[in-house]
Amino acid sequence: MSASATVADRRDPRERFEAVIGIEVHCQLRTVSKMFCACSTAYDGAAPNSHVCPVCLGLPGALPVINRQAVEYVLMTGLAIQGTTPAATRWDRKNYFYPDLPKGYQISQLDLPLASAGRLTVTTSDGPFTVGITRAHLEEDTAKLVHATAADGRRISLIDFNRSGAPLMEIVTEPDIRTAEQARRYAEELQLLLRTIGASDADMERGQMRVEANVSLRSRGTEPFGTRVEVKNMNSFRAVERAIDFEIERQAAAIDAGETLILETRGWSEERDATYRMRAKETSDDYRYFPEPDLPPLHLDPAWLERLRSAMPELPAGRRARYQKEIGLSEYDASVLAADPDATALFEGARAANPSLAAKTVANWVTGEYLRLRNAAGEAVRVDPVQFAAIIGAVEDRSISRTNAKQVLEAHIETGRPAAEIIAERGYRQISDTGAVADAVEAALAANSTAVADYRAGKDQAVGFLVGQVMKATRGQADAALVGTEVRRRLDEPVE
Amino acid sequence: MTSDVTRLPAHEMAARLRAGDLSSRELAVAHLDLAERQDRGLNAWLTIDRERALAEADAADVRLAARRTMEDELPALLGVPVALKDLVSVKGGQCTAGSHILEGYRAPYDAYITERLRDAGAVILGKTNMDEFAMGSSTEHSAFGPTANPWDLERVPGGSSGGSAAVVAAFHAPLAIGTDTGGSIRQPAALTGIVGLKPTYGRVSRYGIVAFASSLDQIGPFARNVRDAAALLHAIAGRDERDSTSSPVPVPDVLLHLPDDDDAANGLRGKRLGLPREYFVAGMEPGVEARIREAVTALEGAGAIVEDVSLPHTEYGLATYYIVAPAEASANLARYDGIRFGPRRGAGQDVLADYLATRGAGFGPEVKRRIMLGTYALSAGYYDAFYLKAQKVRTLIKADFDALWAQGFDALVAPTSPTVAFRLGARLADPVSMYLSDACTLPVNMAGLPGISIPAGLSEGLPVGLQLIGAPWSEAGLFGLARGYEAITADADWRTLEPADLPALDVPSTPTPADRLAPHAAVAR
Repeated sequence: MSASATVADRRDPRERFEAVIGIEVHCQLRTVSKMFCACSTAYDGAAPNSHVCPVCLGLPGALPVINRQAVEYVLMTGLAIQGTTPAATRWDRKNYFYPDLPKGYQISQLDLPLASAGRLTVTTSDGPFTVGITRAHLEEDTAKLVHATAADGRRISLIDFNRSGAPLMEIVTEPDIRTAEQARRYAEELQLLLRTIGASDADMERGQMRVEANVSLRSRGTEPFGTRVEVKNMNSFRAVERAIDFEIERQAAAIDAGETLILETRGWSEERDATYRMRAKETSDDYRYFPEPDLPPLHLDPAWLERLRSAMPELPAGRRARYQKEIGLSEYDASVLAADPDATALFEGARAANPSLAAKTVANWVTGEYLRLRNAAGEAVRVDPVQFAAIIGAVEDRSISRTNAKQVLEAHIETGRPAAEIIAERGYRQISDTGAVADAVEAALAANSTAVADYRAGKDQAVGFLVGQVMKATRGQADAALVGTEVRRRLDEPVE
Repeated sequence: MTSDVTRLPAHEMAARLRAGDLSSRELAVAHLDLAERQDRGLNAWLTIDRERALAEADAADVRLAARRTMEDELPALLGVPVALKDLVSVKGGQCTAGSHILEGYRAPYDAYITERLRDAGAVILGKTNMDEFAMGSSTEHSAFGPTANPWDLERVPGGSSGGSAAVVAAFHAPLAIGTDTGGSIRQPAALTGIVGLKPTYGRVSRYGIVAFASSLDQIGPFARNVRDAAALLHAIAGRDERDSTSSPVPVPDVLLHLPDDDDAANGLRGKRLGLPREYFVAGMEPGVEARIREAVTALEGAGAIVEDVSLPHTEYGLATYYIVAPAEASANLARYDGIRFGPRRGAGQDVLADYLATRGAGFGPEVKRRIMLGTYALSAGYYDAFYLKAQKVRTLIKADFDALWAQGFDALVAPTSPTVAFRLGARLADPVSMYLSDACTLPVNMAGLPGISIPAGLSEGLPVGLQLIGAPWSEAGLFGLARGYEAITADADWRTLEPADLPALDVPSTPTPADRLAPHAAVAR
């Protein structure tokens, strides 16, 4: 097939064209201070320009000092994606003028990134898929421009330098990705990875993780890349998938219509459900990179890397495998648990608190009740793993009912109080003592001779009524299953 | 008047302050009065801050009175006046770097060395004139007019730290701070007949110093004698966490205890000195060469062993420097965009138009020339041929020196400047002739080495500077050798001479340096 498919070709564009997608992710690192100065990164919600100093304002004479924690987060990311770490790295100046860039250059890394040649495997509806990661490097964030209207009606731009100099990690993939789903899954898995190692909170809506996609099409079976379009402003995983899908169809339609695609940057509009042109890239930018003379090269001592490696938490992929292999969880349970660091922590914590609980049971409670309550709350909820284990244990040894157990969990989340207190206070403890249940059944049978007679006359529904009477008499605390068995046993006894 | 305290060496001022024979306020007033009275003809000061200086002097007097009995514990410079080049940040004060683009900017913080000088109790008299952003070798590129040389008011004091050199030579201050990127301390020291040291790269923190070329800039002392310069270096040197290129190498206390004349002269015995033949460049004035050869003879007479040596890559120094320094400067000066500080021009409609207007009006021609040179050298397609190659040549220049240190040389002896002070306007029309002023000094910056210029007599009635170049961190050794040379020439006639044109500064009708330059500048531009 020729590169320019004709309009006459009515097959689905995805059959005729192959999308070539690379993803660039910028994420803010979870450091206490900024990349090159001591200013706090806790500027969310702070007054504009309240977290600034000569360094992040780019004042004359100010000099950068490297944030060790930021370097470690990128090194850990490199380890997590099985990348290569250079023996030494350095910093480079990327020169361009813009009001949000106080020094007129951004300190970044050009040819010695802290991590390179890594990979990340994700699961998709078509099975596992491995994305090659070209590089991960460290750089500094820009200030924030705020466009406003002044009192006299003029349109003005204000600059908030609080974000200026915050540490950013840029992670760039190979052009390996072929579908929007793979792209979304890559972004999701990367977010999970970054959260697991603690490098970033990676909240897309808060701009802590910014995903950009380079999308081009080529006719299936051909090698050369088509004209690349950069897509920005995708503020959710769903947006990533929809924007790329849109772009594939837009580009296919353009090619089919005989149009020439141009190198451009497009933004994703949630309202229009479409991408739109932000700017055309007529010339390639010349950033005049050169090594940053204010920062000496950084030697990456193998002992330092080894310390980081040994301190690495279990990564999502390994955790999923372990849950399936060692604990016997289903693939689904394993991925749901491992996909959520809070869920993982609760699962591991509850298992540690009470090792005799079956893993499958704890997993069901986490993926069922806990995630239901958390998703309903729409935010993180606090559950003490010890109390969580106590609630599950109480159900397992039949001292409370499953229904009441859910109430106990909700009350614990609300108040933080221990499960035992809530159970005692609410009188949820079940009567599982066979003697006590037998006495209660005896009393119920004696008080309801009509129902007994009905049963013996062949009306099986009478059992339910009698069980209900026992439960009522015990204010719901009797073990319902035990009561049912005892009622039938007594009714089926030969009449004396 | 013989009792004029401004004529004293700084270490004698310090001794009298300790003894209670003199107050820091008296000392400050004497210097401030002289500076205010004479600066019209010199234009060496950009600000003289009498009020701040007197407050600092009074504070020093309080410290002196309280601690007089424990004299050894007092900082060497307590109560002694000092001048700062106007690119050193002083909290609340102006810091123009000699440029219109920083007019009105007040630094909201102290440079590291400002903090150190405050701790030492030095009294900051004010800020001195300089070539704009330290780019120049004559101080004619200051946005605030040129500075004159106190030896001949028709001539330049050298640059870029010409203001600091001139105020020390004219006795307006016993000590001053300069910066040296390609010779900007040593060359003006030579041209004004004083001592100036460029320390090893990393010896003094650059935090708070307006940057020109980050990998070359160093901060160093000016003084009228070797001991005072060493004491000032001691006060400002050392590791600063806020400058990642500053070094933890200890600063030796011997800087405060340089030997007296007899010991210093004896110290020259057996010292092995190299005389690099490439530093006797074409265009060197015969009078300058004669003074250097005489100095060599004197050093040999004191027992030093002087050998001819070669630094074969010297000829590439100038070209290499004029790629590396402008490249770094093109980025360092990008922050002057009128957005956060300094005057902003333009209509506020279009950011690019405002940048062009602000920078077009704010920078002088030499700064623009170097930004263009640097931008070009870093551009796609030129980077490898220019910047990358220059860095490789820089490595070769450094290797030339390393080979000599490996052979056991204690220092190299060379001229500081191939000429004595030139006339105002003489080199403005030809940038390359100006750049050649630094041919003997800039290889030292390229190699990150310490270098000192000390007075070595006069040629045609104007000072000649002798340069001593040492291995990294050998400042104490250089000061020792310089002190030795000072000792063996202590009785030379020229040592007793004051700059010839100082009396003219007291004539109210004396023209300003700008007046003197004007007829030449019209031709130059």
